[in-house]
Amino acid sequence: MIQESLSFHVNEEGYYGDFGGAFIPEMLYPNVEELRQNYLKIMSDPAFQAEFHALLKDYVGRPTPLFKAERLSAKYGTNIYLKREDLCHTGAHKVNNTIGQILVAKRLGKHKIVAETGAGQHGVATATVCALMGMECIVYMGAIDIERQAPNVARMRMLGAEVVAAKSGSQTLKDATNEAMRHWINHPVDTHYIIGSVVGPHPYPDMVAKFQSVISEEIKVQLMEKEGRDYPDYVIACVGGGSNAAGAFYHYLDEPRTALIAAEAAGQGVSTGHSAATTFLGKPGVLHGSKSLLMQTEDGQVIEPYSISAGLDYPGIGPMHAHLATSGRAKFYDITDEEALEGAVECSRLEGIIPALESAHAFAVLGKLGAGADEVVVINLSGRGDKDLATYQKRLKLND
Amino acid sequence: MTKMNRITEVFQSAQGPILNVYTTAGYPGFGDTMEVLEALQEGGVDIIEIGMPYSDPVADGETIQQSNQSALDQGMTVAKLFDQLADMRSKIQVPVLLMGYINPVLQFGVERFCQKCNEVGVDGLILPDLPMAEYEREYKAIFERYGLFNIFLITPQTSDERIRQIDSVSEGFIYMVSSASTTGAKTGISSDQEAYFERIEGMDLKNPRLVGFGISDRASFLKASKGASGAIIGSAFVKLVGQAKDIRSEVVAFVKGIKGLA
Ligand SMILES: Cc1ncc(COP(=O)(O)O)c(C=O)c1O
Repeated sequence: MIQESLSFHVNEEGYYGDFGGAFIPEMLYPNVEELRQNYLKIMSDPAFQAEFHALLKDYVGRPTPLFKAERLSAKYGTNIYLKREDLCHTGAHKVNNTIGQILVAKRLGKHKIVAETGAGQHGVATATVCALMGMECIVYMGAIDIERQAPNVARMRMLGAEVVAAKSGSQTLKDATNEAMRHWINHPVDTHYIIGSVVGPHPYPDMVAKFQSVISEEIKVQLMEKEGRDYPDYVIACVGGGSNAAGAFYHYLDEPRTALIAAEAAGQGVSTGHSAATTFLGKPGVLHGSKSLLMQTEDGQVIEPYSISAGLDYPGIGPMHAHLATSGRAKFYDITDEEALEGAVECSRLEGIIPALESAHAFAVLGKLGAGADEVVVINLSGRGDKDLATYQKRLKLND
Repeated sequence: MTKMNRITEVFQSAQGPILNVYTTAGYPGFGDTMEVLEALQEGGVDIIEIGMPYSDPVADGETIQQSNQSALDQGMTVAKLFDQLADMRSKIQVPVLLMGYINPVLQFGVERFCQKCNEVGVDGLILPDLPMAEYEREYKAIFERYGLFNIFLITPQTSDERIRQIDSVSEGFIYMVSSASTTGAKTGISSDQEAYFERIEGMDLKNPRLVGFGISDRASFLKASKGASGAIIGSAFVKLVGQAKDIRSEVVAFVKGIKGLA
C-alpha cells in the first residue's frame, strides 16, 4: 500500500527515497554544481519557457496527438489511447529533452555539447538541436551499437555531429555513457553534457523528467476533451533509463486513481542471463553518478545487459523509477524480445503504426493488464519503428 | 586508540619529495599483487596506492581501464584482494591506500570493508566517486572508527571555498589533480599548472598535498613536487608493470629512477 506521505518528487538533496544523489568525481563537481544551482532558476524564467515552448510547437510539432486506438481497444475490451511521441521531429520523445537542455547550455555560456547514445535516437536528437543552435556536437556510441544502428549514425553525421566509437567494456550504451563522462572531465569549461535519460547525478534526473513532463501535461488536456476527465486508469510506458516513462507519469505521480505501468526489457527472459530487466534483477548500487537499482555481480561489477532493443539495453534505471518500483507506486512488467515483437506486429496491423522496438514493449503489457470496459488506458508510444526495420525484417522474416 | 596513522608519519619524516605509486590489484597477473608491492617498497616508494578493479572506472583513462578489465577477467574481486593482503604487514611497512569506486565497496558492505582494511593494515581510501557531502552524511563515522583516512581530490576548477571545506574534512593529504582530465590523458606539467600549485600553496591549508595525473618520469615528478609535498604516478607505472619481463627488477629500477636513487 502506498503511504500518504510518500513523495515521488526529488528532494533538496537530490534523492527519490533512497535513490539518487550525485556520486561524481571531483573533476565533474564544478559543472554539476553549476547546473544544480541554476537549472530551476533557468527553467522557470518566462523567457526560457517561451523559447522552449515555441520550439516544441513549431520545431518538434507539439502537442503530439492523443489517438484513440479503436481496433486495439476492441481487441482488449477497454479504451486505449496512444500518445504519439513517434510523431515528434526526429521520431521519438528524446528531442523534448535535448531542446530543453541545449537552451540551458546556452544560458550557462557553453558552446560545445557531448552526449551518449544507445539506439542513436538521443544522439540524433542531440545532433539535431546542435545543428539548430550552431553548437559543436560530439556523440559517443558503443562500437557494437554503431554497427547495429547504422542509419542513425548516418543521420548524426549528416547533421554535422562527430560520432565517436566507445571501444571500452561491452561497447554499448553503458560504455558510451562512461566515455561521454570522461570527455566532460577532459573538457570541463566550454562543454555541456546532454544526458539522454532520467539517469546521471542530481540534478539530471529531475531536469530531464521536467522537460519530458510536457507529455503528461498534454495528456491531461487531451483526455479531458475526449473522456471528460483528465486522468486515465493506467499509463503504460517502456523503461530503459526511464525518460519517456517519467514524462508520461509526471503529472500523475500524485494521482492515486492512475496506475503507473512500466515495461522493462526482459530480453530472452529474466532468468536466462540475457536480460535488461533492472527492477527484477538489480540491487541498489551506484552507476553513472547516482544510486539506483543496478544489475551487478556480488562483487559490485556492472553486469552486461541484453535486449533486442538498443534503447532498453542498459543495466540501470533512473533513481525516480527505482523509488517508484520499490515503493510499489508503479508496477513493472518484464517483457521479452518475443513479446515485444508481437506487440510491434499488433500495433502495426491493428492501428497502422509501426512502433519503435522500445515502445513495442509497452504494447506487450496490454494482454496482461486486465483493463475493464469502462477504464481508460494511455500507452506512451515513445518512438517510431523506422530505425528498427532491419531487426523487424530479420526477426519477422518480412523479406523471405 | 590514537596510534599514529602511517600516512601522517611519512609526511612528518620525509626528507625529499614523497613518491606515491598507483598499481592495479591483480595486475599484470592475478597473483602479482604482493610481488609488485614488495618491489615498490624495495625501490624506495613512500606510499602505495592499490587500485581495486572496477568495470566502469569513469575517472580513469585507457591504461588504467585496461588494467582494471584485465584484473577482473582474471577473477579479481574485493574479497580476493583482502585475501592477498592478509599477510601484507609482515612485509610492507610503507603506508597503503586502497583506491577504487564506491559501488564494489557498497556491495561488500561499508562497515565490513572498513573492518577488513583495518585488519590487513590499510591506512586510507581514495574513492573518487564518493563526494564530500555523501561521505560526511553516511560514511565518515565508519571510516574514522577503523582509523582510515579518506583522501579527497581537488582540481584546477575547484573553488577556494570548496578547497577549504575539503581541507577541513581531510586527513593525511589532499590529492591535487594536476589538470582537468582523466588519468593518463596528459603528460608533463605546464606553467599554468605550476601557477595552480602555487595558488594552492598560498592558501596555507592544514593538509599537505600530493600532485597526481600526468606524472610519468623523474623530471615531471620533481616539477610537480616543487608545488607540493610530492607526487603520484599511476598510468606510467601501470604501463611499465604491464610490459615487465621481470617485475621485481624493473619495478625497483623504475622507482629508484624517479626517486633519483639509481
Ligand atoms: C523510442 C525510444 N523509446 C524509449 C527509449 C528508452 O529510453 P527512456 O527509458 O529514457 O525513455 C529509447 C532510447 O533510445 C527510444 O529511442
